[in-house]
Amino acid sequence: MSQGSMAQTAPSSVAVNYNMDVVRWGALATVFWGVIGFLVGDVLAWQLAFPALNFDIEYLNFGRLRPLHTSAVIFAFGGNALLATSFYVVQRTCRASLYGGKALPAFVFWGYQLFIVMAAIGYVTGVTQGREYAEPEWFVDLWLTIVWVCYLAVFVGTLLKRREPHIYVANWFYLAFIVTIAMLHLGNNLAIPVSLFGTKSYSMFSGVQDALTQWWYGHNAVGFFLTAGFLGMMYYFIPKRAERPVYSYRLSIIHFWALIFLYIWAGPHHLHYTALPDWAQTLGMTFSIMLWMPSWGGMINGLMTLSGAWDKLRTDPVLRFMVAAVGFYGMSTFEGPVMSIKAVNGLSHYTDWTIGHVHSGALGWVAFVSFGAIYHLIPVLWNRERLYSMRLVSHHFWLGTIGIVLYITSMWVSGIMQGLMWRAYDELGFLQYSFIETVEAMHPYYIIRATGGLLFLLGSFLMVWNVYKTIRGDLRNEAPIGTPATVAAE
Amino acid sequence: MLLKKHHIVEKNVFVLILGIFLTIIIGGIVEIVPLFTMEQTIEKVEGVRPYSPLEQAGRNIYLREGCYNCHSQQIRPFRDEVERYGHYSLAAESMYDHPFQWGSKRTGPDLARVGAKYSNAWHVAHMTDPRSVVPESIMPGYPFLANRALEFDDAKAHLETLKMVGVPYTDEMIEAAKADLYLQASEDAAYDDDFLARYPKAATGDFDGNPQKLTEMDALIAYLQVLGRMVDFTTYNPQMNLR
Repeated sequence: MSQGSMAQTAPSSVAVNYNMDVVRWGALATVFWGVIGFLVGDVLAWQLAFPALNFDIEYLNFGRLRPLHTSAVIFAFGGNALLATSFYVVQRTCRASLYGGKALPAFVFWGYQLFIVMAAIGYVTGVTQGREYAEPEWFVDLWLTIVWVCYLAVFVGTLLKRREPHIYVANWFYLAFIVTIAMLHLGNNLAIPVSLFGTKSYSMFSGVQDALTQWWYGHNAVGFFLTAGFLGMMYYFIPKRAERPVYSYRLSIIHFWALIFLYIWAGPHHLHYTALPDWAQTLGMTFSIMLWMPSWGGMINGLMTLSGAWDKLRTDPVLRFMVAAVGFYGMSTFEGPVMSIKAVNGLSHYTDWTIGHVHSGALGWVAFVSFGAIYHLIPVLWNRERLYSMRLVSHHFWLGTIGIVLYITSMWVSGIMQGLMWRAYDELGFLQYSFIETVEAMHPYYIIRATGGLLFLLGSFLMVWNVYKTIRGDLRNEAPIGTPATVAAE
Repeated sequence: MLLKKHHIVEKNVFVLILGIFLTIIIGGIVEIVPLFTMEQTIEKVEGVRPYSPLEQAGRNIYLREGCYNCHSQQIRPFRDEVERYGHYSLAAESMYDHPFQWGSKRTGPDLARVGAKYSNAWHVAHMTDPRSVVPESIMPGYPFLANRALEFDDAKAHLETLKMVGVPYTDEMIEAAKADLYLQASEDAAYDDDFLARYPKAATGDFDGNPQKLTEMDALIAYLQVLGRMVDFTTYNPQMNLR
């Protein structure tokens, strides 16, 4: 049977009392935290161009704000997008309401918000484990563990209640994301607190073991939080929006299992040429290159779902967001394996190239597919005829796209340039540049990057306005996008 | 064919969960577990010791301020890096680092061997206003460190916790923790043979230019001044430590 048809097997006439409250909250939280995360990110970008913007105040310095930015976009914006869409998709594709009544899903949502707030306060006040993307201290980690177990219970409980024989493919990805994050979170945060009443703890591991554990976690936060979960989103919302079945059921099986198997191995590519033993580095590189295949399997399955419906891109900017996201996904999952090759990594590591790579994935893939899902969900969740304005969605799309292009191109240039400057020798055999000369050379690219980030942020303001007006029930009086052209073409 | 049997997985939640779990656990087991069991993971070197209480306090400030967001502590075995920063980093050098601070980005230079490269006075000036000594720097200033008293009177509890996670602090070190904290930042430390035996190569004396008060600046500089200085490279044989 076709998996794709199942995305459409939730006719609203079926009398299921869906729990949409928590989905509504999650959608709003996604928009809210998204704007916060983008805003802090752009402030950081300007700080790198103009260091006076740190004001030399501890709460505003780059070192404390950077974890706030990364956690706000990954865990607050991305996490709420996953929470909201997974709760929506699992109900619709199972034709069952959420397990746990009203209370348990509500606890998951509000418990998760409390986690975000506790983590954020910690970053600004300097309460941190000092490990990238795993900065929250032990008590925050314990709280998240409780919330996450409840999340798993709600999700699995709902799957068990399903009135469909099969578990739809989107749910495989959501489930893999929830299970794997649980494992990574527990494995990477083993620490002993100095005192039960204090915030400070020390990691159980040290040095090289700590480094690989951390990047086993860190890379799979990318692989499962930012990839598998969002592929789940793709597998529901793109077929839904394009009104086409998923391109290939077989491909979805193969790329699902290959993706989750291979991703776990890729962590050591963050530690090339370090004191990590060579065998581990080589293993990490090999699996990272293999990872290219299942990644593109997902991209192909997403893009080819548009077969026969490509014309919708002209008239539906919401679908345009999602399809562009899959394009960015394909691009950054090609760039990633290239950067994991040791010879390339020798140049790219420690430079802005990595930062650019992350943002082509985070802005292009994660944020764009989330924007698409949010724009699709808001009218559905609030029973509105349509969005307030499709033209604003289109403007948001172009502001975001131009912003991303400025961001990643400037980081390619600055990253590769800095890598080359570090290793440049003059004709007498001396290092050609002092470190600070390479910093100085970055200045114009930091301004371009910050400008790109600003455009992306402005685009998100349009989304806030559009969401607000749609929920109020306003409809902007505007001509539909692309209609004159399609009429003429027939 | 296997694909034809996939409906079993799709119809049973627990089979699906089990399949996912088995699939995702393998990579981590194969890559991480041997790092704990293989003896040659960490090289045999002379000189690496646990951090003194003041250095550990400084290290905690390094974490708190998020220095790792812009500075690496891991020199790669490339000609240019070795010339710029010194001998490439060994695994042994961070074996008492809970957590590791190798970093992933060099917005600023690597700090793995910054110890003894600059004077204490330079560090104070640089930390207070980076552009006063490096005009092109984009580092934030940390003037507040010099004004704030160091809060590490529970040094003993910190050392005990670190001992629990594997740092070989002796009972003597733990007993003397609080006294050593203040001693290291005084002129007496240079003449205290017991202290120097506990923490060889520790930088001693007043660090921040204000001997009246033990500040966070004292601790941070004490930490920076020991970075990369512990290993005795005259007795290190790279051929014996090929991994």
